[in-house]
Amino acid sequence: MTIQEVSTASQKAGADDADRLAKDTGAPVPQKKQRGAPWPVHFWRSAIGKKWVMAVTGIMLLGFVLVHMIGNLKVFLSAKEVDQYGEWLRTILEPALPRTVFLWILRVGLIGAFFLHITSAYQLTRMNHAARPVKYKGGRNYVAADFASRTMRWTGIIIGLFLIYHLADLTWGTLNPHFVRGAPYENMVQSFNKWYIAAIYIVANIALGIHIFHGAWAMFQSLGLNNPSYNRARRYFATGFAALITIGNVSIPIAVLTGAVS
Amino acid sequence: MHVNLRVWRQAGPKADGGFEEYSVDDVSPDMSFLELFDVLNEQLLADGVEPVAFDHDCREGICGSCSMMINGQAHGPEKGTATCQLHMRKFEDGANITVEPWRARSFPIVKDLAVNRSALDRIIESGGFITVPTGSASEANLTLIPKDVADWAMDAAACIGCGACVAACPNGAAQLFTAAKVSHLNILPQGQPERYERVVAMVDTMEEYFGSCTLHRECEAACPKEISIDFIAMMNRDYVKAQFKNRRLSAQR
Repeated sequence: MTIQEVSTASQKAGADDADRLAKDTGAPVPQKKQRGAPWPVHFWRSAIGKKWVMAVTGIMLLGFVLVHMIGNLKVFLSAKEVDQYGEWLRTILEPALPRTVFLWILRVGLIGAFFLHITSAYQLTRMNHAARPVKYKGGRNYVAADFASRTMRWTGIIIGLFLIYHLADLTWGTLNPHFVRGAPYENMVQSFNKWYIAAIYIVANIALGIHIFHGAWAMFQSLGLNNPSYNRARRYFATGFAALITIGNVSIPIAVLTGAVS
Repeated sequence: MHVNLRVWRQAGPKADGGFEEYSVDDVSPDMSFLELFDVLNEQLLADGVEPVAFDHDCREGICGSCSMMINGQAHGPEKGTATCQLHMRKFEDGANITVEPWRARSFPIVKDLAVNRSALDRIIESGGFITVPTGSASEANLTLIPKDVADWAMDAAACIGCGACVAACPNGAAQLFTAAKVSHLNILPQGQPERYERVVAMVDTMEEYFGSCTLHRECEAACPKEISIDFIAMMNRDYVKAQFKNRRLSAQR
């Protein structure tokens, strides 16, 4: 807007009280401004852009955990169903694509989504810490922030660490002495028979549920999806999704521990 | 009434600060929280102590000058009220009350409880207006605006710019302030010609000074005008749309 320069030029030179005050207090000092970037770069540099990326990648990750859970629940059918499902994943879109190619496309997309989700979270956290270098000395009394929203960072880190362990346990088999490639049902039962490994899976899935409880609601705000006709449904969706994933995933190690699946 | 105050004292922007304890007697339950500080300052003057510096002006909840973190809550425990409208009857006799200034990188402390909030002015300067020559008011029915729209715009325009949203936000973000200032123009016909320039300019300026939104909703709870975070979603949507919008066609209906 052109008139902006006319109306504020004199103020910016330090003509108003606020600016004279700013000279004394030494701040507020803006972050360095980066101008003239093409729009995707400009968008990514903005916090709103990063939150948008977090929401979109979050939706992709929600889709993944849902499909992953549905696949895993086949343990309640039979060992054959699980092993067949694992084999089918490798043969999707055959013969149009060679074996496992589509699976790798999915995996690369998933890795990209994780990378962007975590990078955005890290950069936004840095920005937020910088926005309040001196904390409240008298303590804070939160009235609206819930446990889930305030622990997103920590539940996120728990899920990230669990993910690495989970891959080492049941995908690569590096941390699993009984691992047999291509026998997912047997590998799963072997792992969950040890109570401490089952406990890791249960704790991690509860953390995932808490993370989804906030994230699956907050993503609507980040994307700007706000309408009185469905605002209430956003909360139900997030609660329902979190409960579904947590109960579905936790039921498997519990079923193995109690002997319902063996 | 009698209250025990723990007040942040800081001689100047670069001085070290700390809490001082004061005991105030003969507090009327009908006093506002600012009047409590008037009584305290009279007492301090009589004792030969420098009075506590704090921001205040209209004392009727519409100027946005008062700014106190009372017991860890911006503007204190009462919902939808500024510090000046918070009455002492909301506290128990003999209450211990901790009072601290707003804290954010871009709200540097001037003295005691007074902070410099001019970063909010920088956001307004970057686009919180419509570029038209002002003159006498135009005919009221010239631009028809549905009642729902007018009410919603007024809900955003109720922002008094006190900065409680920044103070209350765990991330020190000014999203609620900026969203209110963007939205009260962006949802009215008069704001449409500069809608996308406005949202980009104001958001970019906001992010030079403040943190980002993680949807804790603390701002909404602290806001003395109870402005809804729905405006933040609107601002987010307009910011995303602005990236793709062909502005040469923006006069089309």
